[in-house]
Parts: sequence; C-alpha cells; structure tokens
Amino acid sequence: MRQTAAPLLGIGLVVSLVLLLQWAIGVGLVDEYTVPRPSEIAAALPRLVTEEHVASRFMVTVGETFAAGALATLVGTALGAALYRWPLMRRSFEPWVAVLAAAPLVLAYPLFLVLFGRSSLTVVVIAFASALPPVVLQTVTGFAAVRPVLLAVGRSLGMGRAAEFRRILLPAALPSVFTGLRLALMFGLINVVGVEFLINLGGLGALINDLSERYDLPGTWAAIGVVVLVSVCFFATLDGGERWLRRRG
Amino acid sequence: MLSVAGLTKRFGSQADGVTAVDDVSFDIRPGEFVSVIGPSGCGKSTLFNIIAGLQTPTSGQVSVEGQPVRGPHPAVGTVFQEESCFPWRTVIDNVAFPLELAGLAKAQRHEQAKQFIDMVGLRGFERRMPSELSGGMRQRVCIARTLAAKPRLLLMDEPFAALDEQTRLLLGDKVLQIQQELRQTTLLITHSITEAVQLSDRVLVMTYRPGRLKRFVTIELPRPRSGDAVTSPAFGAAVASLWADLREEASRGMQEAGG
Repeated sequence: MRQTAAPLLGIGLVVSLVLLLQWAIGVGLVDEYTVPRPSEIAAALPRLVTEEHVASRFMVTVGETFAAGALATLVGTALGAALYRWPLMRRSFEPWVAVLAAAPLVLAYPLFLVLFGRSSLTVVVIAFASALPPVVLQTVTGFAAVRPVLLAVGRSLGMGRAAEFRRILLPAALPSVFTGLRLALMFGLINVVGVEFLINLGGLGALINDLSERYDLPGTWAAIGVVVLVSVCFFATLDGGERWLRRRG
Repeated sequence: MLSVAGLTKRFGSQADGVTAVDDVSFDIRPGEFVSVIGPSGCGKSTLFNIIAGLQTPTSGQVSVEGQPVRGPHPAVGTVFQEESCFPWRTVIDNVAFPLELAGLAKAQRHEQAKQFIDMVGLRGFERRMPSELSGGMRQRVCIARTLAAKPRLLLMDEPFAALDEQTRLLLGDKVLQIQQELRQTTLLITHSITEAVQLSDRVLVMTYRPGRLKRFVTIELPRPRSGDAVTSPAFGAAVASLWADLREEASRGMQEAGG
C-alpha cells in the first residue's frame, strides 16, 4: 500500500503544479508570452516528432550521455579504488578532485572545441570531465567507510585481496558508489545538453537552441520535457542496475 | 588442540612501549570450553587477535592442532565483539558465506546453513535482511556463520558485550546448548564473571597490564547447565572466588588509569 502511495503522491504533485500553471495562465496571473500553457506544450510534442526529428536527437543525447557516464563509471571507480588503496595518493589528490567537481568546466568549452573539434567528442569529453569527480569521491568514501570488522571477517576466513574486494569491499561500498553514479549522471546530462546548446550541435540541446531562436516557446518547453525523459530513463536503469547488483552481493 | 606458549605482545618502542600480553601460556583440550577473563585493558583482545592469526606476537607461539599459527587458520572460527553481519545479504546468505567461499552449490550450502540457523534459534528468519533483526539476533547470525565453516576451535571475543543482560543470559544458554550438541572446543573472551562461570569448564584470569596469566580456575558445576544455574549456591561461590581475583586487578587498573 505504502509502496504504491509514494510514486502516486509524486506524480500527483507534478500534475497539480501543471494544472495550477494552466489555470494561472488562463486567468492572466502569468503572462502567456513568457510561459506557454502546458496544454500548448503538450500539443507541440507531435510536431517535434514529425518536423524536428526529436527521436533521433533523443538518441544522440542518450548516446553522448551514456558514453560520458560509462567512461566516468569505469575511470572514476578505478581512480576511487586506487585512492582508497594508497592513502598517500588519497591525501594528495582528493582535494584536487573536489576542486574539479566545483569548477564550472562548461565555461571552458571553447578550449575543448579547439582540442576536439565541433563534434560529439567535445560534448562527451566535457560531460565526462564533469561527471568524473563525484564518482571518484563517492567511491573512495564508500570504500573507506566499510566497517573494519567486515574486513576482519574476510581475513579470518582466509580470503585473499581479490576475493575481499569482490565479496566485501565492493558490495559494502555499492550504495555510496551508486550515489556517485547518480550525481555523475546529473552533471553529465546537464553538460551534454548545455554544450549541445552552446555549440548548436547534434541532440536535444541543439534542438532547444533552434526552437528558442525561432521563438517557438511551446516547442522549446516540450523539448526540455524530452530532456527530463532522458534523465528518467537513465535513473530507472541505474536503480535497476543497483538492485540487480545488490541481489548478486 | 590449542597451545599457547610464552606469548608476549609489545606495542611501541622498547622505551615507552606498552606490553599488552606478557608471557602467557596455556592449553585447551578438544571439546573444552575455556573463558579468558580480566579487567578492561588487560590485553584480552590482543590475545584473541593473535590466536585468530590477525596479529603477530612479539615472541612466543600459538599452535592449533600442532601447527603453528602464522595467519588465519582454517581450523579456527572467529566471532567478533562487534556485530559483523553483511548488511547486503539475507540471513541465510550470511550464514552460507563460508560455504560459498568453499565452492558449495547454492542448494547444498542453503541446506547446511539452515541447520545452523535452526541451531541459533532463528528458523523463519532465513530471508530477512540483518537490518530487520535486533542486535542479539544479528550476533546469532554471526555465530551461525562462524559455525557453518565447521571450525574445530571456536574463538569468541566478548560476543555479547553490546547486548542487554537478559539477552546475554539467553544467548549464553544457546551457546551452551550448541556446545553440548557439537562438542565444540571454544575459547571465549569476556569481562563478565557470570558469563564465564555459566559457560566454562575452566576460566583463565588475567592480570591488569601487563596481561599475565593470574590463575586457572576449574568450574565444577554439573552439566548440562542452563540460565537457571545462576541461582545455585555453587554458582554463587564460583562467582565470588573469581571476583576476589578480579577485584584486585580491576581496582589496580582503575588507579593506574586514573593516576
């Protein structure tokens, strides 16, 4: 009962806010030239599909986000594990990783354009660089937070380093690592769409740029809605992945 | 079964170091239940870690079944003071963990794990996660997991220290029952006199820093014992005799720690 109540409550809130906005525009509280009516935004969606090829742009954005996220996962967990394994490295480099996490990398996009050209590669590299720090930080934090007694259990059962990593460290750190992956996904997707928008290339970001320059406000908002859909898909996949890994423990 | 000979462990440098365990020697016979008791800071846990193969002694030797211990020994099973269930595994998968490491198939290891879950009185909780259990139940899961590895020597480091008095007595009963059933050779580290008397064939009393062997006391109470044994006069006498020994050490510990 309570399990179904929570998502229903969430959806209910969003629907209520949308209806509230529709009403506020209807009675003139909000200017309809500033914010289009939700009903108009919904009506713009079919147009995006037939005229703006939103499906292929969706796939481009998904592909770039996936590439950046997968790279950040592989490199970030490996770096996080290395920082945990060698405390000197952790003390030396962890603050710099945190600094990188706070840096507005997207502002350096001209540099990346020069280095990698006006291509999907630039988009992926910037998104990867911004998605990496949370994975590294959450991985090293997750490993470091494993209770020593759990490792003592492993040693008392004669487990080697590899088995200890696979069967104790990794499952114990998993929730923290997945928090890092969720953050990475957010930063990655924001940067993918942001850079697409800035260099007007490829996926949904470029589409939003086009539509806004044409003053097609319902279309712009509908395209932003599709970006939200991308993040929903990724989050659902991550949740499923975490549950699957937990079961395998 | 277990032989400890001239065991000494020093921490720190020669000049300002601390001798945690000083020249301790004793033996445990197969099937025997021995408790080590002493005031806080007497080096009980250090002794435990060395016998478990998790720390190396400064000098002296531990051997299990005639083999010197130079790391965790497959014949030795350990239950730690701190509850150590794997929170991502169900009760049955926690208990089956050593069997999984040994390469047993799932059906087989679950069947064996069930026996030990029954033994610690957790039937019906096989599919629960540790977070759904009380502290005492989680510690029982840990005991079952250690037993599932079929150790020939069971080492327990104050496994009931974090539990309330009633749970301690009931768990003590459970451990006694298991010990009768398996004829399990057991070394229990504890600071509880009643626990030591209730469970043990012999009690080893340690001195406060440096941790030396003060006395070996044989507990003559008839077996099988249960929690009810704590009310008998013989039990009271045994407790009083141990307390006389310990009181001296504990007050010395308090004075030294205070001054």
